[in-house]
Amino acid sequence: MSFIQIKNITKNYTNRRRTKRSPGDASKAGELITVLDNINLEFEEGEMVCILGPSGCGKSTLLRIIAGFDTDFDGEVIIDGDKVGSASSEHIFVFQQNGLLPWMSVWDNVELGLRNMKDSEMKNEQIQEYIDLVELNGFEHNLPYQLSGGMQRRAELARALAVTPDILYLDEPFTGLDYFTHLKVREEVVNIHEYIGKTMIMVTHFIEDALVMADRIIILSDRPSCVKMTRKLDFSRPRNMNKNKDLGDLRDEIFLMLGVSYVA
Amino acid sequence: MYKASLLNEKFAILNKSLWLPIISVVLVIALWGAISQLGGLGKHVFPGPATVLLAFNELFNNGELIKHSVASLYRVTVGFYLAIFLGIPLGIVLGLNRTLSDMVDPVVQFLRPISPLAWIPLAMLWFGIGDKPAIFLIFLSSFFSLTMATTVAVKSINPIYFQVAANFNFNRAELLTKIIIPAITPDVITALRLTVAVAWLVVVAAEMIAVQSGLGYLILDSRNALRMDYVMVGMIVIGWIGLSLDLIMQKFSRVKWTAH
Repeated sequence: MSFIQIKNITKNYTNRRRTKRSPGDASKAGELITVLDNINLEFEEGEMVCILGPSGCGKSTLLRIIAGFDTDFDGEVIIDGDKVGSASSEHIFVFQQNGLLPWMSVWDNVELGLRNMKDSEMKNEQIQEYIDLVELNGFEHNLPYQLSGGMQRRAELARALAVTPDILYLDEPFTGLDYFTHLKVREEVVNIHEYIGKTMIMVTHFIEDALVMADRIIILSDRPSCVKMTRKLDFSRPRNMNKNKDLGDLRDEIFLMLGVSYVA
Repeated sequence: MYKASLLNEKFAILNKSLWLPIISVVLVIALWGAISQLGGLGKHVFPGPATVLLAFNELFNNGELIKHSVASLYRVTVGFYLAIFLGIPLGIVLGLNRTLSDMVDPVVQFLRPISPLAWIPLAMLWFGIGDKPAIFLIFLSSFFSLTMATTVAVKSINPIYFQVAANFNFNRAELLTKIIIPAITPDVITALRLTVAVAWLVVVAAEMIAVQSGLGYLILDSRNALRMDYVMVGMIVIGWIGLSLDLIMQKFSRVKWTAH
């Protein structure tokens, strides 16, 4: 049995807007819109999976359902044999942005998951360890707004990793970062995955990220979305799309699948 | 060239944001003096700055001014604190509970635009004479706005913070102290700043009825004695205290976790 099982997940929501999303959109206010249509997936322990799909297809919704934030859906999510009914501190979610509590310093944010530890000496050691891991030593007492976007993201990663979660959910974790910082934080996530070997499920719309990072790629179709393709990537890391022809071909194939025919 | 730059430097020492207000205050006092001298209304009807300064000295030295200021500040403080301790918790509850807020919100919305002064007859009937009706009016002037502002602030907390709380298994107390209260603090402080200004406006009006002390009473009593110089002293002190209250609130309103 797989570590995470997603069985027949269907998610509908009621359209509350009066305007149409696009000229061809027939949906009216009050109408039921299907976001996820009978999704079945399995994830292995320690696997790094990237979920790709066109924007608005419901990939974030799917991740939030798996994480237990959204309980209004049909179907089942089973993690390690237990049905998921709510968020859990063993499965930490890294948000698209603003996931750090802005009124707490980096240190206090990282402490959130460890706040109930009895031994304060051990707790402080652990907090420092994870702050060092993401190379934020020296910034322990800074507030989030005093950090750059990349540092904020790293601080959030430290907070997530400090609780040694079984699963890490990453919802477009590189959004809003400049290109260079994006690559740096991405590298860090890959290293962390190699280092701790925990299950990671990441939603992204950057195809390159998925190709560089993932053990497996899942592609969702447009709304109502279903699983369009899942593909194992047996390439060693670090990966380079320009040097590895198979990887480059796969990229072109995925771009085509998502409706982009020319890739520079 | 050299002289000009030296002159500029001299002016730079006197910070622009400091001397511009001073100039305007001096101008206003000069204008006031000129009108009272040349307006033809007479010293008793339109006293000039010198007369008012003498009256201020008199009222300050015989302790009347301090007594009345303290009385007004006492009422504002009590009424305002009552509004804080009832309005903010109620606002938090309403912000978190959709059903309750749908029920209570229309009532608050309806009562809020009724001027606290319209409550004067009822306040006197219910609370009699003395501090109580005035405090009640101050309370009313702040309570509804504070409740509403808090409700809105809670409702507009970024849902991500609640998800973080759920993800790290916060209990109710932690949710309140680690998420809700810090998240609404900037908005609530802004609301406090606005309401304390309104409360200060209302106390003067409230003191014109039913009490024997306070700056409002000082003004009304001086009018009855036809001492317009005392009336003006009262007005100026009200302005000073109002300004000070605002400056104090402004100091508090610099919350450290936002960039601006």
